Amino acid sequence: MKKIKCALIGSGNIGTDLIYKIKRSPVLEPVWMVGIDPTSEGLARAREMGLKTTAEGVDGLLPHVLDDDIQIAFDATSAYVHAENSRKLNELGVMMIDLTPAAIGPLCVPPVNLRQHADKLEMNVNMISCAGQATIPIVNAVSRIQSVEYAEIVASLASKSVGPGTRANLDEFTFTTSNAIKVVGGARRGKALAIINPAEPPMIMRNTIYCLTDDEPDHARITESILQMIGEVQKYVPGYKLVNGPIFDGNKVSVFLEVAGLGDYLPKYAGNLDIMTAAATRTAEMFAEEILAGKIQLKAVETA
Amino acid sequence: MMSQSNTSSSLKGRKVVLHDMCLRDGMHAKREQISVEQMVKVATALDDAGIPYVQVTHGAGLGGNSLQHGFALATNEEYISAVASKMKQAKVSVLLIPGLGTMKELQSAYDAGARSVHVATHCTEADTSPQHIAYARKLGMDTTGFLMMSHLNDAAGIAQQGKLMESYGAQTIYVTDSAGYMLPDDVKARVGALREVLKPETEIGFHGHHNLGMGIANSIAAIEAGASRIDGSVAGLGAGAGNTPLEVFAAVCERMGIVTGVDLFKLMDVAEDVIVPMMDHIVRVDRESLTLGYAGVYSTFLLHAKRAAERFGVPARDILVELGRQKMIGGQEDMIQDTAMTMAKARGLLQGAAA
Repeated sequence: MKKIKCALIGSGNIGTDLIYKIKRSPVLEPVWMVGIDPTSEGLARAREMGLKTTAEGVDGLLPHVLDDDIQIAFDATSAYVHAENSRKLNELGVMMIDLTPAAIGPLCVPPVNLRQHADKLEMNVNMISCAGQATIPIVNAVSRIQSVEYAEIVASLASKSVGPGTRANLDEFTFTTSNAIKVVGGARRGKALAIINPAEPPMIMRNTIYCLTDDEPDHARITESILQMIGEVQKYVPGYKLVNGPIFDGNKVSVFLEVAGLGDYLPKYAGNLDIMTAAATRTAEMFAEEILAGKIQLKAVETA
Repeated sequence: MMSQSNTSSSLKGRKVVLHDMCLRDGMHAKREQISVEQMVKVATALDDAGIPYVQVTHGAGLGGNSLQHGFALATNEEYISAVASKMKQAKVSVLLIPGLGTMKELQSAYDAGARSVHVATHCTEADTSPQHIAYARKLGMDTTGFLMMSHLNDAAGIAQQGKLMESYGAQTIYVTDSAGYMLPDDVKARVGALREVLKPETEIGFHGHHNLGMGIANSIAAIEAGASRIDGSVAGLGAGAGNTPLEVFAAVCERMGIVTGVDLFKLMDVAEDVIVPMMDHIVRVDRESLTLGYAGVYSTFLLHAKRAAERFGVPARDILVELGRQKMIGGQEDMIQDTAMTMAKARGLLQGAAA
């Protein structure tokens, strides 16, 4: 079966883990990896795994986009360079999956709103943050039953799984995730907290979701909705697991989750890495399926 | 006749800056329920007693108002501006933990009158603070890098983390014994290692908790090793068994000839007449707060664990020991209820989840 050819921009933890996820996809094929450091471990590994590589940034990829029929690019660089990367590739008709906190395109959490983005033929979709991917499905599972006045999420990450980009820009992580709790999760107000824990052996990613409903929560319907949503996420992140809850205190609904990764590039504790790359891959697959079925055709974006 | 014996004459004449935590760490002991009026009353009394720095925020600092950490009676800005406008000499400081508080909140705390900040990270995660430390310096604030749970990193590691914070712009580096677990030798080793690597003009501070009754001894050990700033709280109003009781510490300093510049008798009066009557429970070393110090658990977990114990029928001490075993750190208050629920299930006290 024909596959849609992909480029990966950024040769760090996320980019490297994406190679494994995309190679496993029935509809995607990783062809290029883009870095900026010719000696980086990520580029070396990509070459070993059969990808073409450039250390010249996105400009090193551009001359090959049309010849190699690249249609989807994953950007795992930083918010600062994403906008330029996106503009250059969109002009060539390449659709962007943005894994940085740049969020210039609409925010995507696959089980909540991926379908809408594919129908609209968006040329840039943003994957928010690892904490967003892990928690927003649950906020949405509550808000689709009854209105949520406020939702708060707490993500605990193993120190070894948090790269230098996230560390140096924690505020962006906080703002992007808090905003997505509202926009995608459906809560009227949102707040995100991140904790980086250095315990050895490393702790598996943990997430706690609190929702305050306007009216007394319907325990049975909310519980059912949450369990159904967890099943949806488990389709692409098998290690997504309910540990405790939902538990109800007045109008507060609390859910305690654990996210184990597949252990592709980083070990299983780095569920935060996996849920990001798995969600990005799932998003790309949806677009790829539509392209392959002839339902949508990506178009070059004209820029003024 | 009683003579003022100076057994540690080596510290005679050393200047130490005291930083009161009643209105920040003390918020934990009050479940964040200190009113604006109470804050003003406490802060003006401390100001009058000559305390140079008074920390004023939600117990978890800027951005702390949350389901995770509880909601205070007023916003941080309301507390800060009410207090700052009444200070004659004291500076108002705030706590900022990256991942919870943001630079936006630091700016608004500054606008409300805060002029000093503890930028706090776990003792191995200093590299989550560069933006916030740099921003505080840009605002012209007295800027501290605050290494929480310092017992979980060795002296060389603390020195390296402190050096990072200094490189971001921090003017003072704190060894922070959040669990009240450290003993004087532990404090000396860490402060000493910092003193060796930091620039001479960079100050060192110590923030103690009294869970093993070592707050004062540890603070003196820190000064011996080169610290010049000490956090404490009058009457010990703080998380766990409280902070180093500041009036007691001031008395010890006076005996040793350490210069703090505060009025000891006025400080004693604030403790007895203002702070103790405010306490919901007498802040002291009891079974649970001793467990914190013994097991190396974040002091703020105390009241959360007691609440979880009541609800799920698992003793607070068992929950705290388990949290220590799992190496939970500051900020992971959600894991207290989670751990209590998991333990309650294992003991047949709670039904398992449906999934």
